Amino acid sequence: MKLKDMEPGQRGIVKEFTGGEGDRLRLMEMGLLPGTEIRFVRRAPLGDPLEVEVRGFHLSLRSSEAARIGISVV
Amino acid sequence: MKTEPPFVALVGNPNSGKTTLFNALTGLRQKVGNYPGVTVEWKEGILYSQHGHPIRILDLPGSYSLNARSPDEQILVEALLGRIDVLPEPTAVICCVDASNLERNLYMATQVIELGLPTVVALNMMDVAERRGMRIDVERLQKRLGVPVVPCEAARGKGVMEVRLALSQHPLPVPELDMEKPPLVEEAIEDLVPLFEHRKTLDSVLAHGEARLLLSCDEDPGLGQSVWQQIRDWQKRFDVEIPGWRSEWITHRYAWIGDVMRECVKRYNPEKTSVTERVDRILLHPFIGFPVLAFVMGVLFYSIFTLAVPFMDALDGLIAWLGNGAGNLLPDGQLKNLVVDGIFGGVGGVVIFLPQILFLFFFIALLESTGYMARAAFLLDRMMSKVGLHGRSFIPLLSSYACAVPGIMATRTIESPKERIVTILVAPFMTCSARLPVYLVMIAAMLPDGPGHALKKSLILLLLYFLGTFVALGFAWVFRKTLLKGPSPSTIMELPSYRLPRWDSVFHEMIDRAWTFLKRAGTVIFALSIVLWFLMNYPLLEDRSEFEAPVQEVVVETVTEVDSQLEYSFAGRLGKVLEPAFSPLGYDWQITVGILSSFAAREVFVSTMAIIYRVDDEADDSIVDAFRSAQRDDHSPLFTPLTCLSVLMFFVFALQCVSTVAIVRRETRSWHWPIFQFVYMFAFAWLMAFLVFQGGRLLGFS
Repeated sequence: MKLKDMEPGQRGIVKEFTGGEGDRLRLMEMGLLPGTEIRFVRRAPLGDPLEVEVRGFHLSLRSSEAARIGISVV
Repeated sequence: MKTEPPFVALVGNPNSGKTTLFNALTGLRQKVGNYPGVTVEWKEGILYSQHGHPIRILDLPGSYSLNARSPDEQILVEALLGRIDVLPEPTAVICCVDASNLERNLYMATQVIELGLPTVVALNMMDVAERRGMRIDVERLQKRLGVPVVPCEAARGKGVMEVRLALSQHPLPVPELDMEKPPLVEEAIEDLVPLFEHRKTLDSVLAHGEARLLLSCDEDPGLGQSVWQQIRDWQKRFDVEIPGWRSEWITHRYAWIGDVMRECVKRYNPEKTSVTERVDRILLHPFIGFPVLAFVMGVLFYSIFTLAVPFMDALDGLIAWLGNGAGNLLPDGQLKNLVVDGIFGGVGGVVIFLPQILFLFFFIALLESTGYMARAAFLLDRMMSKVGLHGRSFIPLLSSYACAVPGIMATRTIESPKERIVTILVAPFMTCSARLPVYLVMIAAMLPDGPGHALKKSLILLLLYFLGTFVALGFAWVFRKTLLKGPSPSTIMELPSYRLPRWDSVFHEMIDRAWTFLKRAGTVIFALSIVLWFLMNYPLLEDRSEFEAPVQEVVVETVTEVDSQLEYSFAGRLGKVLEPAFSPLGYDWQITVGILSSFAAREVFVSTMAIIYRVDDEADDSIVDAFRSAQRDDHSPLFTPLTCLSVLMFFVFALQCVSTVAIVRRETRSWHWPIFQFVYMFAFAWLMAFLVFQGGRLLGFS
């Protein structure tokens, strides 16, 4: 499943980045790498952006970016 | 022999408490510096070593990585590499690390350590880490990082002394990070090292570090064509031989960090729901989130427009008193006029906004230091994305309600150059406080007094605010679709943990920014006030021989005399020349002079009109009365409701502010953008005023 389709409270492991380069490197530098465990915290009240917890801190990213991140839910 | 004091760069992730550490280390021995011709400012301070020797400390912008993506990050890398002309090469680095966020913070820390400069790691926020159930083995961490690691809580002043002691060692130890290099890097570094041995410090460790850092850079940090080309060549070779090498390097680094974390951090007491998370359940709640944001913004606006007013009045009084005092000291004549009307009048017109700006910056600093600013951006990102902007553009746009100058300065946190430019381009549409005097006077001139009109007046004012905001967002959308087209770039943002505000930092920040505003705006306005005064007062009417000619009608004498001086002046002549350009908007030459003079700053319009109508007392009432009784040459009333509306339209949209133009020039490093901005806003303002005036006439309004 894609990160953008996760439900609040769900945990998962980052599997892969698909699509173009985009902000992949920036996300990776901030610790969102394949193999990293994440927790989907919430969607913003208007549905976008999303908030995830990764390596103990909270990160916000847009659905369009989250659509390119494959997750295996644990 | 006098030696240069050591020069230490302070770096770290955003929200790592870096600035708090800087303030704790340097106390009040700070100053703001800036790099000629470049946007970014830095803070420098002096710290005294254990032996009482001064050490210069440079507070650099926060970043998550040394691979620069924003102008702020670019400065960080350039400063670390000693490539900023006005700064010496750093002799050491303090790397501030958030202990409660150690894993991610170590990413940049290892990049910094790899540079090879003597480094001290300040392991900040130990208390937060402990509360989160982390026990950090500092000894082991120190061993793995190969640099001194000092645990501290900068907010409470704990460990600050130890950081000072660590910096006082002489010589500082050279880092020995035990991380393997990824494949091919060794070879590339050996090839590139000769390029960097020009450095003053001529140290092969540093040359190696520099070469290694530059290999992963996407942008040229001021190296020059040929050196950068060699690095690009290597990057192309990597592309062929190790596809995906950039991600691989990041993975490699995190693998090492994971290993260090397992070795040095013991987690006990599995984490319960953090306070931040519980607070966010309310502040980011689907239904409660926006009302809370609206409330916070309401308080902000209320304080800017209500609480700041007494301070503004007091300041106004003070400036008037000083002006009078100076006037009393000087003999009557042109010099006195210049000082009283030109300098005190003109500069005072800008300085008066200082209380509002202080209030605004106080709130911005407060919201930033508590962590709420990121939440505001989170809540509003969806709305901003509709016009192609980032949630972060919200803060600069909001600041622009007080004044576009600090607002434009606040765009530096926007990483993408295109979004940043768009935000800068539309920021002056936000109704700044300098428009208020014009709005209030014109609305008052348009509507008769009386209790029944108070509501109407506020409604018009609200509408003007709305209009400016609406058009700003509209233009942002247009620019993102046309001139500055591009995919929606990085919107990745950390939502930091909530913290209690650090009042001293908040005040520091507020004073710093206000001072910058005063310096920037003040100097420009100062110069312009003098120019403007000159244009309106020269050539002197007394020089004219006709002045001696007997005046026939005594009744009109005073009026003629006043009109003549202004008419005779350069400004008056220019107004007459340009009158045809503005007459389709319903303006006569006098309003044209007012418009021209208000290009310096909008509020100057009111004082210019006061001069034109010879209003001695600059109280709003008397100006409004003068406006109401002003007549055109054919004795028809000048300020009809339609003309007032046309003037208002012009002021809602036109970029009449030299300080803004100056700041845009600085922030974009070109004349291209400020000129474009001035022209498109002027054209739009003219068009809107034209449509309102001519449309209104067609509909039979007067």
